Amino acid sequence: MQSAISLSLSSPSTIARSDCTAAAAANSYICTPRSLRFCGLRREAFKSKSFNSLSVSTRLLPCSRNSSFKKVCAALQSNGAPSKGEFDYDLVIIGAGVGGHGAALHAVEKGLKTAIIEGDVVGGTCVNRGCVPSKALLAVSGRMRELQNEHHMRSFGLQVAAAGYDKQGVADHANNLASKIRSNLTNSMKALGVDILTGTGTILGPQKLKFGKGGSGDTIITAKDIIIATGSVPLVPKGIEVDGKSVITSDHALKLEFVPEWIAIVGSGYIGLEFSDVYTALGSEVTFIEALDQLMPGFDPEIGKLAQRVLINPRKIDHHTGVFASKITPAKDGNPVIIELIDAKTKEPKGTVEVDAALIATGRAPFTQGLGLENINVQTQRGFVPVDERMRVIDSTGKLVPHLYCIGDANGKMMLAHAASAQGISVVEQVSGKDHVLNHLSIPAACFTHPEISMVGLTEPQAREKAEKEGFEVSITKTSFKANTKALAENEGEGIAKLIYRADTGEILGVHIFGLHAADLIHEASNAIAMGTRIQELKFAVHAHPTLSEVLDELFKSAKVVSSSHVAQPVAV
Amino acid sequence: MASLLQSRTPSLSFSSSLCSTPVIRPSVSFLKPRSGPRIPVVRAKIREIFMPALSSTMTEGKIVSWIKSEGDVLSKGESVVVVESDKADMDVETFYDGILAAIVINEGETAPVGAAIGILAETEGEIAEAKAKATSQFSSAPAPSAPKVEESSPAPKVDAPSPPVDAAPAPSTPGKVVATPYAKKLAKQYKVDIGKLVGTGPFGRITPEDVEKAAGITPAPKSNVAAPAAPVASSAPASVPSKAPSNFPEIPGSTVVPFTTMQAAVTKNMLESLSVPTFRVGYPIATDALDALYEKVKPKGVTMTALLAKAAAVALAQHPVVNATCKDGKSFTYNSNINIAVAVAINGGLITPVLQDADKLDLYLLSQKWKELVEKARAKQLQPREYNSGTFTLSNLGMFGVDRFDAILPPGQGAIMAVGASKPTVLADKDGFFSIKNKMLVNVTADHRIIYGADLAAFLQTFSKIIENPESLTM
Repeated sequence: MQSAISLSLSSPSTIARSDCTAAAAANSYICTPRSLRFCGLRREAFKSKSFNSLSVSTRLLPCSRNSSFKKVCAALQSNGAPSKGEFDYDLVIIGAGVGGHGAALHAVEKGLKTAIIEGDVVGGTCVNRGCVPSKALLAVSGRMRELQNEHHMRSFGLQVAAAGYDKQGVADHANNLASKIRSNLTNSMKALGVDILTGTGTILGPQKLKFGKGGSGDTIITAKDIIIATGSVPLVPKGIEVDGKSVITSDHALKLEFVPEWIAIVGSGYIGLEFSDVYTALGSEVTFIEALDQLMPGFDPEIGKLAQRVLINPRKIDHHTGVFASKITPAKDGNPVIIELIDAKTKEPKGTVEVDAALIATGRAPFTQGLGLENINVQTQRGFVPVDERMRVIDSTGKLVPHLYCIGDANGKMMLAHAASAQGISVVEQVSGKDHVLNHLSIPAACFTHPEISMVGLTEPQAREKAEKEGFEVSITKTSFKANTKALAENEGEGIAKLIYRADTGEILGVHIFGLHAADLIHEASNAIAMGTRIQELKFAVHAHPTLSEVLDELFKSAKVVSSSHVAQPVAV
Repeated sequence: MASLLQSRTPSLSFSSSLCSTPVIRPSVSFLKPRSGPRIPVVRAKIREIFMPALSSTMTEGKIVSWIKSEGDVLSKGESVVVVESDKADMDVETFYDGILAAIVINEGETAPVGAAIGILAETEGEIAEAKAKATSQFSSAPAPSAPKVEESSPAPKVDAPSPPVDAAPAPSTPGKVVATPYAKKLAKQYKVDIGKLVGTGPFGRITPEDVEKAAGITPAPKSNVAAPAAPVASSAPASVPSKAPSNFPEIPGSTVVPFTTMQAAVTKNMLESLSVPTFRVGYPIATDALDALYEKVKPKGVTMTALLAKAAAVALAQHPVVNATCKDGKSFTYNSNINIAVAVAINGGLITPVLQDADKLDLYLLSQKWKELVEKARAKQLQPREYNSGTFTLSNLGMFGVDRFDAILPPGQGAIMAVGASKPTVLADKDGFFSIKNKMLVNVTADHRIIYGADLAAFLQTFSKIIENPESLTM
């Protein structure tokens, strides 16, 4: 169903970053994902099933370490020698998306002999059917929006005749961008000597897998470590018939074969929001259908409210909230697309919506079928591969599967391209002998609407919940883009930045930005979280003037860190 | 304005007692934590929500958006409306529990500080009463809805229900209303009852155009008016309002750009002009003397527009019939003032600022006045009487090198003069001598019901004499 259930941080277990022994890992690790929707990918609820019963089996299974390995890959290049000649590869990655690519590059740097298996096209969802082509469409929509805004143009003293667009030209731009990034990705791996093996990868047993087109022609290889990075596909809830023409998913929408006069977007997460930006800029009217009671449920409520005022209310958009699309019938026999709505809670019928097209943006489902997980006794949870905080795969008995990792959308921890890549790098660090645990709270997310939304860390309600549990006080400060010189010069004063922090320690808990180039501005905050930099230190960092980054500068400077390690001065009350 | 408004609503006990302390207060928590003084509880059932003073310099505020809709239950501290002051947009919270019974000032409209922008009822039973108050207040005092005319658009603000649609095709599914998101927004904005509309869009849905039509934004031409000859397609690819949806062949790659309010107003006027029987008379005029005079007075800030307007006004004073109007098709209406409207192209639109009493003001005052009007027009600050009180229109395309053209008579006026460029021309005089003189062609379009050929010719002769001997203009 299209309700990605927003999980709040129910167990704020700080993830240990220092060295942890396997024994420590055997202790209760309750992996609690935050409710996040990323890169247009709505996070399916990942039930925080406790893995605390897991016990780490450090003992390798004796099987498959026999000498029956065959050298099959003719095109072996010098990307490191397979260790001790026991395996064909040190590392085999299944899936050449952004996660697999990031892992492969880092593996080569670490001297591992690496192969990557891809059954479709290099680049995965992000490059071919996700972030990349959608950014091309959004680049177009941003300009259209600006050119169509007569008032905005006039305030610059510019006069622009009626702006129009050529649909094919827009679609070509998106497609060309995807091809270019795809070939860049392919070339970067080839240049480093990563073997790109074509076909579907299937795990046969520990450290052993096959790839190929299926059937007997498959090739069996062995690897010291295996990473599953098979990603996800658009999630289509039951009752919805996708015909690829009038009822579409993001895969179809990105080809922009059709700009309907009126489109319903099911789901108001990142994908839905970004597409609403594209479609309204190209002249469509949009109806959102959201299962939760408010639009943009994944965002910090305050940011969501402001974003709704800017991104939804003034545009040709209306919405139905608290309803499921129980049935969607594509346009046929001279009828429009018919969407039947039911109340999300009571399941009572709530009428129908008739539109020219419907975009299903209810989230992403992991693509983990046919991986051969049954061969190693791993059971997926709603399709997601269960992993611990080090991305080690957990089997159905709660034990870690040795030498098998899963990163990216397939594990569902954080469905973001750059999170997958970061997880891949973390895994490579581990297999090359250095323990590493990724701090997911330092991974930023962005929504590329106009203006953009970005965030890192906790939302205000999550922070308050954590604060209540751990007994500290949450402080909040905000700055407006209206006070920023560069933003005003661009006539884009709409927007705020919000900092959620601990006044006692100066620790940043979360930063949320809505405004011009928010997606580029977030990294100062995400790096600070990753490095553990405190606000009192950041206050002394210098920002070029006049730049949008001063919005953050001002944000940090406006934060009040009450105490420090020094003796606090007496405060007049 | 504020006091006026309050005196009109004495029945609402709150309006006077609370004007110093607004019912709602701004809460901009990032500027200041909430710590406003509590307002003592007053037993009033229906309260007005006032335009709050969000800054010390704020005199009026624009409603950016209503966060709550009519009928929503509000609880104390909830944000109700977003107000744009001279400084920033701010969420405004209600200080009372209740039900938002009526919105008085709609999104995008402006109200002075202290004016009622909405009505809050305490219980559901009082909603009707509150609504009635809001309507009576609203209809008896339309001024507060738009105390400041920001847009100089003559488009009517329609709050009356849509005109009856004749010969409506039966909706495909009776009782079910399908309207696009933008159509719903427009209907709310123009207070059009969407249930009464008949959709013309695909599958009988109500489109934004249907709502605009009902609101009178792009009205269909009257039935007694012949449908306009298809306007030049190349220059007008945008939708042209016509009675029946015209079946122009679909040209691939074309773009439809809806009219702005100003463009819609122009269209309305142009279609109305088709009901007036007009004719045209042209006249060549030597301009050497005028050009010489212009060179002389230019440093004093006199513009060619002022010179021509003055000359036309002086000529009109001698030919009052050309300054007259035919209002009902049965009589002459002689205007006591000579107000020269001058057509000005402005950002994809057209506006006609009016030089009032152009015959009486001297050239320098007239030039100064003109400068002010143009600045106001650019800033969209013209008051209605500054663009719709003309009795005669002047349109000059001479600066583009146009030698002659034909103007369309605006409704409500008797004549319009189209002025071409002044160009050196070889002339032969009655003695057979050739000379080269600057000459311009003027072409007057007039309403033949009141102005006949001889009237116009006589007027043009006078005008030509004035232009050829322009010294009198400086007096």
